[in-house]
Amino acid sequence: MTEKTKRNKPSFAVVLKKSAVGFSKSLPLLVGVVLLMGLFRHYVSNEKLAMIFSGQFGWDTIIGALGGSISAGNAVSSYIIGAELLEKGVSMFAVVAFLVTWVTVGIVQMPAEGGILGRNFTLVRNGLSFVLALCIALLTTFTWMVLP
Amino acid sequence: MRDLFKKNRSFWFSGGVILLYAILLVFDYKRASQAVLSSLEIMVNIAPVLLLVIFFTALIKYFLSPKAIGKYVGKESGLKGWFIAIAAGILSHGPVYVWYTMLQELREQGMSSGLVAVFLYNRSVKIPLLPVMISLFGVKFVLLLFLYMVAASIVQGAIMKRIFD
Repeated sequence: MTEKTKRNKPSFAVVLKKSAVGFSKSLPLLVGVVLLMGLFRHYVSNEKLAMIFSGQFGWDTIIGALGGSISAGNAVSSYIIGAELLEKGVSMFAVVAFLVTWVTVGIVQMPAEGGILGRNFTLVRNGLSFVLALCIALLTTFTWMVLP
Repeated sequence: MRDLFKKNRSFWFSGGVILLYAILLVFDYKRASQAVLSSLEIMVNIAPVLLLVIFFTALIKYFLSPKAIGKYVGKESGLKGWFIAIAAGILSHGPVYVWYTMLQELREQGMSSGLVAVFLYNRSVKIPLLPVMISLFGVKFVLLLFLYMVAASIVQGAIMKRIFD
C-alpha cells in the first residue's frame, strides 16, 4: 500500500461507525420480522402444525413443504415435530420436505430479505428453495430406502 | 403515493406488524402480551449477533478492498468462492436475517449473487444443533440430508448466478 493510499484510508472507528449507520437502515425491517416471530411462537403451536398432516402421501408432502415455509423459529422445533410425525406414520418424503423448507424458505423473513437484498432475488431464491426441498425429500427418501 | 410507499417500505411493514399487535392486544391481551415478551426475548438473544455482524462488516470493509472481495467471492472467483460461501454459511451463527445487510454490502462491493444464495442456503446446515438432530433421526439420516442440502445449495447458487450475475 502506498503512502498516499494509507493516508486516504479512513480509520477503523470511522468504518465501524459507517457500518453501524448502514445497518441501522435495515433495523425497522428486522424489528418487524422479530415481532412476527413472537406472534408465531404464541399463535402457531407445534401441536397445531402437526395436526395439518392427513396421512395422504402426496397431500402431506405439499402440506409439509408449505408448513415448513411459513414456519419460523428455532430449527429444533422442526426436528421435534418431524420426529413425532415420522412416529405417527407420516411419510418420510413429507417430513423431509417439512424439515428442509423450515430452514431454507422464509416467508416470515421475506419482507426483510426483499427490502435488503432485493425483491426479485428474494422471490427467486425462496421459490428455488421450495422446489429444491421437494427434490431433496425425494432423493433422501429413495437413498434411505436403498441404503443397507 | 407509490414513491412514498416505496421509500418507507420498511416502516410500513413494521408499522403493519405493530398495528396487528395493537388489534391483538385489544382482543386477546394475554397471548398478545406473551408474544410481545417473546419478541423482546428474541431481540435480546440476537443483539450480540447483530453487534458481531456489524463488527464483521466493518472488518471486511477495512481490510478487504472491493478488488479482494471480487477475487475471493466475486463473479470470477471460481471454486475458491464456492468453498468460501459454503464454509462461511455453515459456520456463521445466529438467525439468517441478521446477515442480510452484510451480504448486501458485500454484493455492492462485488460479491456474486449466486454465492450470496449459496451462503444463505448453507445457513440451514446447523452444526451446533447436530447432536439434537442425530438423537432424533440417527447419524445416517442426518448425514444423508446434509449432503443433499449442500448439493442443493450448489444447484441453487448456479441458477442464481445465471439469473443475477
